[in-house]
Amino acid sequence: MAEFRMPKLGADMSAGKLVAWRKQPGERFERGEIIAVVETDKTAIEIESFATGVLEKILVEPGDARIPVGTPLAIMAVEAGTLPPAEAPRAEAAAPRAAAPAPRPAAAPRAPVPEGARAKASPVARRRALELGIDLAIVTGTGPEGRVTLEDVEQASSARPAPSPAAAAPESRQQRMRDAIATSMARSKREIPHYYLATTIDMAKLDAWLEAANRERPITARLLYGVLLVKAVALALREVPELNGFWIEGRAAQSEAIHPGVAISLRGGGLVAPALHDADKRTLDDLMAAFTDLVKRARVGSLKSSEVIDPTITITSLGERGVESIFGIIYPPQLALVGFGKPVERPWVVEGKVCARKVITATLSGDHRATDGHRGALFLDALGRLLQEPEKL
Amino acid sequence: MSTTRDRILRVLGDVVPELEPSEIKPAANLRDQLDLDSMDFLNFMVALHKEFGVDIPESEYRKFLTLDSCVQYIESAKGAQPC
Repeated sequence: MAEFRMPKLGADMSAGKLVAWRKQPGERFERGEIIAVVETDKTAIEIESFATGVLEKILVEPGDARIPVGTPLAIMAVEAGTLPPAEAPRAEAAAPRAAAPAPRPAAAPRAPVPEGARAKASPVARRRALELGIDLAIVTGTGPEGRVTLEDVEQASSARPAPSPAAAAPESRQQRMRDAIATSMARSKREIPHYYLATTIDMAKLDAWLEAANRERPITARLLYGVLLVKAVALALREVPELNGFWIEGRAAQSEAIHPGVAISLRGGGLVAPALHDADKRTLDDLMAAFTDLVKRARVGSLKSSEVIDPTITITSLGERGVESIFGIIYPPQLALVGFGKPVERPWVVEGKVCARKVITATLSGDHRATDGHRGALFLDALGRLLQEPEKL
Repeated sequence: MSTTRDRILRVLGDVVPELEPSEIKPAANLRDQLDLDSMDFLNFMVALHKEFGVDIPESEYRKFLTLDSCVQYIESAKGAQPC
């Protein structure tokens, strides 16, 4: 048996509203299937299962109460071996395991970890402890050499008194979204020593390529400028991977997967930045289809939990509103943010002659704890180079 | 029978569900009025293509600046019923 708990779907999330169950008691679910819908301060999110099993019992019915992160919502029987192994790092807010191992008998006590020392723990246990707000130093490890395991963390969590559902917030949805953004942005500015870099990129080749490509395509298959920028960012991150990942427990943890979160403004105000998964590996057509789908779902409030949790970097653009450059605030615990301004015509020197050229300002906000400006400069250099060869994107 | 203008407004309403047709100023910039981004605008072009069967090259997008100019373009392309 395992508990399905209110997941943490963002650095700024402390509670969520259970909107609906997509599975009923006795119903089987596959890994990746939607099992519930949770509304955060920002949007409604479809929660995917990270294991295969059967929903045994519902503990909380959908309603208006704001339920604290970590509260058990249901009991489920999970098939052995279907929980994912410890994988690449995800955001501290991440990894809402749909099913977590059930409590088991307490293990023999061991000496506490000395103050200041780093408790031995598996990566998955560390992330789970962060999600649940548990100090690893006080968890009894039952793994080899006293290593704290995922089961130890779950047991420590279940031994705590269950939090009671918070009263429904009286504020409007928009106000709660502003509050959520305020919390994460204030945290970012408080904790992350940002550095900012900017470069101007000649867009003539990309512009000509895109115009020619779209001329040949039916209207339903045309590409947007922004999709090429996302792909170029993703490929540049392969060259400078230090910018792709999270700051977890005082260390930068690179992510092998490249999942750019693309900032999407919502009509009622506010924004979300869900992931375009594996953007470096996808074709432009595939990315365009995924981006179209993502924008549509973001605006009707049907994002999936993996899309909210997984972004390894954020890409934002205010170019369409006439802004020429943007120096964004990193979304914690990510390590960087890339901004694009409006493509504008400027005098540009080509082979010794001044001519009118369409250019764009690309910016990088980097976490100075994780990288130095030199690595950031290499990233922007790679980005500019990749955009000169649009046919290779 | 729906006029071209009505059909365009319906199409626009599918792209921007919050749209209040009565609040659209026919001669004012649609992007500014409705805060359309490039994805919205592309979706609008695709939806017009499907609704009216007209082909809209990317180079012609600038002719869809206002509701009035949309009506004008579609009618000249299809000879649709005047509004």
